Amino acid sequence: MNILVCVKRVPAPGARINITEDGQAVDTAFLGFTVSPHEECAVEQAVQLVEKHGGEVTVLTLGPAEAEEQLRTAVSVGAAKAVLVPITESDWDPQRTAQAIASVITDLENANGKFDLVLFGNESADSCGYQVGIRVALKLGRPMVNGAKGLDIEGTIAKVRRESDAGQEIYMLPMPSAVGVKEGINLPRYPTMKGRLASKKVDVTRTESTGSVGGLKMIQLQRPPERVSNTQILGTGPEAASAVVDLLEELGVFK
Amino acid sequence: MSVLAVIEHDRGTIAPASLGVLTAARNLATQMGTSLEAVTVGANADSLATIAAQYGATVVHQAHHAALTDFGPEAWGEAIAQVVRATTPQVVMGTGTERGHEVIAQVAARLDLPASMNCIEFDTAFTGAQPLKVVRARWGGSLLEQAEVDAPMKLVTLANHTVEASESPAAATNTVHNVELNDSVMHSFVQDRVERVAGVTLATSPVVVSGGRGVGSAEAFAPLEELAGLLGGVVGCSRAVTNNGWRNHTDQVGQTGTRIAPDIYIACGISGAIQHWVGAMASKNILAINTDKEANIVTKAGYAVIGDLHKIVPAISEEIRRRRG
Repeated sequence: MNILVCVKRVPAPGARINITEDGQAVDTAFLGFTVSPHEECAVEQAVQLVEKHGGEVTVLTLGPAEAEEQLRTAVSVGAAKAVLVPITESDWDPQRTAQAIASVITDLENANGKFDLVLFGNESADSCGYQVGIRVALKLGRPMVNGAKGLDIEGTIAKVRRESDAGQEIYMLPMPSAVGVKEGINLPRYPTMKGRLASKKVDVTRTESTGSVGGLKMIQLQRPPERVSNTQILGTGPEAASAVVDLLEELGVFK
Repeated sequence: MSVLAVIEHDRGTIAPASLGVLTAARNLATQMGTSLEAVTVGANADSLATIAAQYGATVVHQAHHAALTDFGPEAWGEAIAQVVRATTPQVVMGTGTERGHEVIAQVAARLDLPASMNCIEFDTAFTGAQPLKVVRARWGGSLLEQAEVDAPMKLVTLANHTVEASESPAAATNTVHNVELNDSVMHSFVQDRVERVAGVTLATSPVVVSGGRGVGSAEAFAPLEELAGLLGGVVGCSRAVTNNGWRNHTDQVGQTGTRIAPDIYIACGISGAIQHWVGAMASKNILAINTDKEANIVTKAGYAVIGDLHKIVPAISEEIRRRRG
């Protein structure tokens, strides 16, 4: 079972997201970076599947040279190989990204055989585009379902579980297939000492790729109107309980 | 020439988000001097044409195929792509829901067109000829992006809850499209489903008592459970809590968890990181219980109690029981 997981390097914001002066990017001067949360879970799911069924996990990212850090993080929790598709801009549009990734995957598969599964995150935490995985899967000619909260292998079938307003849905995708994973599918592990050592040693393959510029163009980022609240302090410590219940009564929550 | 609203439904039951899309698409069509049209997928959704007409659709395109009896993202995407090719609308608008994003992405991939998801505003000067300027939500809504969709047909989804649905009845004609679906789109259909047990969920509960890192352990959620029980609500939590394994991810409020809009959100020991805040900000009232009066959630909340949640939460439950006698 060979699984490819596509991940994205994103800033790890705290209480507030600041924008650079030109409005073109998130000001990351005081921010760390992380693997986008859904994709962190996709890596974990891939590692669990490989532990159960054998094979290996490859991680791939399209991003700046620094994104090597996120690939190494994935190796520290169990991925075997890492591929960086370097870009010099801060981000590519979804069509361009998908085209570049699909072409790298095709090259990798021509050299080493098909991946049984290609995993993505449901959507990236930063740009929230909800589409790169779907575009890549179509280019590769593989069935694709997004929003997976469960993913098991039954013979040659990838069994996907996802949640909807009505309940839980089950999809059965013949492999090779592609799946978009959502946070909550598992609880990602922490790296072990052995994993950390492996992540330092792994050779990150750098593969240049191109794609034509797509039709969605970012003009500028802006902060939404700040929510200003004159917080009413109801009290300090347990003595405030009475004021809280007064409030609950006033709001009609406590009857 | 038209604006095409994609109707989301589940086995013939319309998704509430579709009404906002019909309304926003109608407003856009009016400003462009063109007509609102709608598309439904599967014969089991034919009756939704009446609803589309109430919201101003003049033509309802009904994509039919024997296989279209349940949701399947690829089959839906292909069916809608064929209707779009046949009718060449200037704008195609879908719902900003999990299914809506997925279906529009499928349509976009199949037509090799750009797609802008989670739009909250459309350029009021847009007439159809030029690129469409939009404002879309990034980071789950904690950051906005002004973007431009430059393509012969503009594909967008409308961020949920941004437009209030309003009716404007029109006389609609229905056009059936017998779409062709090949084997490649037949795999990703719902094969089985387990219906949700009726009851209050995190997304619909009027009261949510939520805990963060400050709660300290899985066991320490018991007093929050008790308070939620007394108020007929449910317990939620922050991402720190699920990451620590204290509670299941289904309880998580936030960008990658559940978006909630209760009458009151009681946030205990939660600092209010941006990814949590975007999941809770639609709450009608927020009460923060926190030791730190400078915590982000305290400054954004309408009400706060400063102090140790482990003492305050049981005291509130006690007071409720006392008043109820």
